[in-house]
Amino acid sequence: MSTPNPSTPAPHPSASGGATTATADATEAVVARGVERVFTGAKGAEVTALTGIELTVHDGEFVSLIGPSGCGKSTLLRLIADLDEPTAGEIRVFGKTSRQARIDQSYGIAFQQAGLLPWRTVAANIELPLQLHGADASTRRARVAELLELVGLADFAKHYPDQLSGGMQQRVAIARSLAEQPRLLLMDEPFGALDEMTRERMQTELLKIRAETGAAVVFVTHSIPEAVYLSDRVVVMSPRPGRITDEIDVRLGGAAERGEDLREDAAFFAGVTAVREALHGPEATPAAGAARGVDVR
Amino acid sequence: MTSAAPERVEAAPSQADPTVAMPGLEASAPPRRRRPVGDGPLATFAKLVLPPIALFVVLVVLVELVVVAAGIPPFVLASPSAIFDQLVQYAPQVLAATLATGLNALIGLLIGAIIGVLLAIAASVARPIDGMLAPVVAAVAVVPIVALAPVFYTLFGSTSEVARILIASIAAFVPVFLNTLRGLRQVRPVHRDLMRSYAATPSQLTRLVTIPSALPHFFTGLRIASSLAVISALVAEYFGGPRQGLGSAITTAAASSAYARAWAFVIGAILLGLVFFVLTSLIERIASRHR
Repeated sequence: MSTPNPSTPAPHPSASGGATTATADATEAVVARGVERVFTGAKGAEVTALTGIELTVHDGEFVSLIGPSGCGKSTLLRLIADLDEPTAGEIRVFGKTSRQARIDQSYGIAFQQAGLLPWRTVAANIELPLQLHGADASTRRARVAELLELVGLADFAKHYPDQLSGGMQQRVAIARSLAEQPRLLLMDEPFGALDEMTRERMQTELLKIRAETGAAVVFVTHSIPEAVYLSDRVVVMSPRPGRITDEIDVRLGGAAERGEDLREDAAFFAGVTAVREALHGPEATPAAGAARGVDVR
Repeated sequence: MTSAAPERVEAAPSQADPTVAMPGLEASAPPRRRRPVGDGPLATFAKLVLPPIALFVVLVVLVELVVVAAGIPPFVLASPSAIFDQLVQYAPQVLAATLATGLNALIGLLIGAIIGVLLAIAASVARPIDGMLAPVVAAVAVVPIVALAPVFYTLFGSTSEVARILIASIAAFVPVFLNTLRGLRQVRPVHRDLMRSYAATPSQLTRLVTIPSALPHFFTGLRIASSLAVISALVAEYFGGPRQGLGSAITTAAASSAYARAWAFVIGAILLGLVFFVLTSLIERIASRHR
């Protein structure tokens, strides 16, 4: 509310926003300009979930949104997905309105809960978007087989979700989000409910999948190491009102070059420190600043 | 640190099932599947079925001994052997009476279920309809419907089965309506979001998500309703109407001091209730697999 234009340093050259035209936006995966979302509660109480959001996600780029609970990162993702509408400002996805992008199926989405339909088999869950949009049976079968292979669940096509572990369910959800080969993946804390070992393995698998598909990713998380490990750029948000306070370029190489070794690399720790300082301010870092609701695992 | 992690060996915390945690009508939670461990199916069956049968046999023998040894008169307690004799002797009559009552209960159950589902759909679509129906359903749920039997007999004539069918259908309606409505409202937000992200049409949402989500709840309602329908159809016969059902047969036998025969008809009633219950439970179990 107080700062309509946040003090975003915009380290990425073309993320400076404002000057770009609508035609230039068409090459960007996501462009958000002056986005605001105010929730009106009962008795007219207003809560500003997001204000003055300026964000550009380039085609093929992996961007994490990180911040403490209540900073509006999930709300921002929902706005991009057109599951909710901004009260001010505009969001364009591949140059289209977010609504048109949703109707055109320009993005795939995965949530914190896998959200599988429990009465459908793994294969039937993955083919759901294809079925909804009228793909014929043989195309569907071929694509499902491909995706099952990609997420390493080829032997589980006929299983039901309740027969799978949480990590496997989440992999099915990711396969489903990839079903229509979207150029943009929206992920809302997809690994948030998983244990740490599963989570690290899933992160490495996501990097592999991303290297194969080359899709842009907007990834909401509250884990600093997760954000650094996965992203090209980490967007730091802060609450009350939800806004972008910093953006940090992570230079750890392309998705294909990242592996488990990276987690013990000095450059990785440097990235973690940079994000942590952006979240808490430098003075909080020596004490490993675990506070303020941000996961520092 | 394990760099090459093994595939598919994940110790993920099992996600809590939100449908179980929902407060409200207790019987509405779809039953968890029983997964017997170890042993073959035959051994499991024996372990499951033999103990209650053994108990039943012991009880019957015990009652028989007590009745014979103590010389208890039949109007206090009929001996199991006498009841069995009557059951064999009157088998065709017991069967006919069971079918008559069973037919009333079945028709009532179907009518009640259809109306229950239709009204639940209406209530789930339009809030005002829900607001209108809620107090009416609450009233119907607490009124002992069978008590209306004499009134209905006067209304529809004492030779008509309509009164009994009506009573059974009103009794069946309530649980079907309540559970189906709950089921229709049970669509998880994440599924709703997902279908919206796919730009699914309203009819796709209904067909692929809302109805499958609601089905187990409907069948739970149907299971509860099936027992109520049998009880209502049978008890309604105690208050008059045509003399061909189990309730009529029980009162007639008891009135003519044929206590063992009355008990034989009671056994028919028990079997009828069991058939309804087992069938609907089976359907419910099949419908709520993988939940």
